[in-house]
Amino acid sequence: MSGLLSLTTFAPMIGVAAILILRLFAKPDDPRAAAAARWIALAATLATLALSVLIVARFDPSTSGFQLTENADWFAGLHYRMGVDGISVLFVLLTAFLMPLCILASWRSVTTRVIEYMVAFLILETLMVGVFCALDLIVFYLFFEGQLIPMFLIIGVWGGKNRVYAAFKFFLYTLLGSVLMLAAILAMIGIAHTSSIPTLMTFRFAPQVQTWLWLGFFASFAVKAPMWPVHTWLPDAHVEAPTAGSVILAGILLKMGGYGFMRFSLPMLPHASLQFTPLIFALSVIAVIYTSLVAFRQTDFKKLIAYSSVAHMGFVTLGIFSGNLQGEQGALFLMLSHGVISGALFLCVGVVYDRMHTREIAFYGGLVNRMPIYAALFMLFTLGNVGLPGTSGFVGEILSLTGTYGASTWAAILAAGGVVLSAVYALSVYRRVIFGEMTNPALGLIADLEAREVLIFVPLVAATLVLGLAPGLVFQISGASVSHLVDAFQASARLGR
Amino acid sequence: MSYPASAALALPELILAGSALALLAWGAFAGRASVAFIIAAVAALVAAGLAAAMGPLGRAFSGGLIADPAAVFAKVAIYAASAVAIPLGDRWFAARKIAKFEYPVLVILAALGMGMMASAGDLISLYVSIELQSLCLYVLAAFQRDNVKASEAGLKYFVLSALSSGLLLYGASLIYGFAGSTRFAAIAVAVHGNASPGVLFGLVFLICGLAFKVSAAPFHMWTPDVYEGAPTPVVGFFAGAPKLAAMVLLARVLNQAFGADVGQWRQVLIALALMSVAVGAFAGLVQGNLKRLWAYSSIANIGYALVGLASGGAAGIQSMLLFMILYVIDVTGFFACLTALSREGRPMETMDDFSGLMRERPGMALAMTAFCLSALGLPPFSGFWGKFYVFKAAIAAGLAPVAVAALVGSIVAAFYYLKLIKVMWLDASTGQTDVPVAGARAVTFASALFAFPAVMIALIAIDPLAHIAAAALALR
Repeated sequence: MSGLLSLTTFAPMIGVAAILILRLFAKPDDPRAAAAARWIALAATLATLALSVLIVARFDPSTSGFQLTENADWFAGLHYRMGVDGISVLFVLLTAFLMPLCILASWRSVTTRVIEYMVAFLILETLMVGVFCALDLIVFYLFFEGQLIPMFLIIGVWGGKNRVYAAFKFFLYTLLGSVLMLAAILAMIGIAHTSSIPTLMTFRFAPQVQTWLWLGFFASFAVKAPMWPVHTWLPDAHVEAPTAGSVILAGILLKMGGYGFMRFSLPMLPHASLQFTPLIFALSVIAVIYTSLVAFRQTDFKKLIAYSSVAHMGFVTLGIFSGNLQGEQGALFLMLSHGVISGALFLCVGVVYDRMHTREIAFYGGLVNRMPIYAALFMLFTLGNVGLPGTSGFVGEILSLTGTYGASTWAAILAAGGVVLSAVYALSVYRRVIFGEMTNPALGLIADLEAREVLIFVPLVAATLVLGLAPGLVFQISGASVSHLVDAFQASARLGR
Repeated sequence: MSYPASAALALPELILAGSALALLAWGAFAGRASVAFIIAAVAALVAAGLAAAMGPLGRAFSGGLIADPAAVFAKVAIYAASAVAIPLGDRWFAARKIAKFEYPVLVILAALGMGMMASAGDLISLYVSIELQSLCLYVLAAFQRDNVKASEAGLKYFVLSALSSGLLLYGASLIYGFAGSTRFAAIAVAVHGNASPGVLFGLVFLICGLAFKVSAAPFHMWTPDVYEGAPTPVVGFFAGAPKLAAMVLLARVLNQAFGADVGQWRQVLIALALMSVAVGAFAGLVQGNLKRLWAYSSIANIGYALVGLASGGAAGIQSMLLFMILYVIDVTGFFACLTALSREGRPMETMDDFSGLMRERPGMALAMTAFCLSALGLPPFSGFWGKFYVFKAAIAAGLAPVAVAALVGSIVAAFYYLKLIKVMWLDASTGQTDVPVAGARAVTFASALFAFPAVMIALIAIDPLAHIAAAALALR
């Protein structure tokens, strides 16, 4: 079936169409219409998940090339090209995996303008899956940049108190980056006379040109990832976004930065990537250490996780630019793992936020007394975030650090210090929130997880443990593509271009 | 070429001129614009468009009038935009009890002028066509003659435009004096790549005069005031088609008369383009009135079109043509939306009027959001595709720094588009909106649907047409 990728990408749009038809026949604030919209959105995301599982099932992990490809002529020499390799197929699965959980997480917490909310999320899913499937520069850019609109609205309409500021900051930061990437993309098309990503991956740009193109892509991916010092939009966006928005932001949108580096910077611009590796390493090490320290000082739950995300993305960029097999696999794995764990952590915050409507860490304390299941789940994800062996976080961190060690001893040593720091902030916040005496009387009646919430967390727990105990599942899929990426990169590094 | 053959080439113009006169006589006797009158006016434009699309190609009146694919391309778009403007404006005036039969006639005469601009092959037809078009637009701007702001708009437009016509005429006479001919082809032969200072002087004056007509900075001062004061549907009309006509004319003069002197005029265009982008982006930030805001937005957008033209060659011209076509549709839709909406009988013109529109009129708010995002150039909306062509051409022509500077300007402008979206989606509404005017609403929705998703299919057809048109313009 050759249209499988397009079908998966646009499956959520069928849900959108269904919701819009429903909207035409219902009154704007009809609670039944809202309920129906929730169910349609859930069904659409589950269908997308099923399709993406089918993609993985049909995926042949033994070859490094793009599979399930589609190609149709468009205008101005552009083509609608889709396809996945061992790297992108995993992100497609991650996206499809997180989306139903987001819809479930918003089931009760989003009560205003439910129809628009669900439509925004479904459109966002189409765009996110599309980014990972696109094999044409312009198609990629359409999906990549299009996400700004639904995300802007999700933060802006359903966000917290300071949502307008956060939404603008998110939009303008990301736009600045992607506009520079657009210039680089157009220059690439102008030089190579093609917009096909597979062809461009074998095209050799002149070293001088590579530098400029690399900087264009870097501007976009560094903001998206985000790397220090252009990460400042992220804490604001996370804090203000609704829970599901934060999950998507941390779980998938940030991964597009790392994915972009692996898809564009490394294979298409190897010379420049090598040339800028010290810069990336410096920024990443600063991110790991500095944002870990910043996270330690946060009083807002979500901000803490946001800074922790920046630190983890530091490990990812270190791994990617180490240019060896361990580094790439580690970075890829860490992105998947962080997608699951940070999503889970935001959902954990969402659970108590839905009950108490505050994210102040100091407000909570002794939650274990009233919420034992919650405490246990939160423990697992906290330890996963710290990188405890047996959880998925460990595999990614150890591999990317090993890879980094192969490229730069100093960067690896400094970043390893960051692992310790992550334990410091994560465990201390866990202690403050979960353990101790329950001193705040407002917490006296807080209830433990309900069935719906448990249902959300079960797949996340399973993913964290399965990835941690059997990482081979991932490496089996990604192996051929990542080795090919590393081989090609090292070959061009040896050639000096 | 014989006179009948020339007349055959000028058939669209003859149709328009003839029907304008006939309609004028009809109106003078009938005294008011009936539905049949409006239909006849629209039919005249449709007939002229068909005549242009199917008529023969060639040069008429010893090169004074050129019917080539570029002229056809522009004329079809111009006549279509004018045909939309007639019923829109007539309904709007009728609602204010100031409908007059002169309105359709003036639009047709303006369309005649614009069509001639797209076809002009020498300096004289250039000047005559611009004046014909401008004179109609002055009157249209001041059509609400009892309204102080509208009269001010018309007067301001007239005085400043007269100044620009002076510049243009002075430039044209210098070029004629130094090159010895008014025909573009003859000028190209005379100048042939080494323009004398006199010709260059003339050329710069000519460009400045045309920059006035397209409202490129620093010749943009009239735009915000005129847009604010003039009747909304009229603004929708003269923010679109006349600019397309003037850009086609500019492309023709620069490429067919001064094609070998690319190096000379390119810098001028780049300077105009970057100034326009900067002025449009920064000055737009402080606007509260949407008509003024869109005036600055149009200044910035003309800057992008000029970047395309400055890139030179067929690719650059093609990018400019596509950009302008997509822009005309966008701007028509935006002003149709302003025309359609009112709050308790009051036209909605300020940012605050639009607060909470998403809750009250989701369809109109979505359309408006589409226009904002399109003007901002965000994919997959039509404005993005315009920018895509323009910057692709600019980077291929080695103007990467210009492209990056213009792109960064679009981020500044993003702020005000986002602000409008924020107002519509996030803020609480301040009253009750009236039922939108049906015709204007239809135009709004059609344009919004074109902005996305129809554009992604329509471009498959428009792209090769623009390619042929651009090839004709690039031909020396």
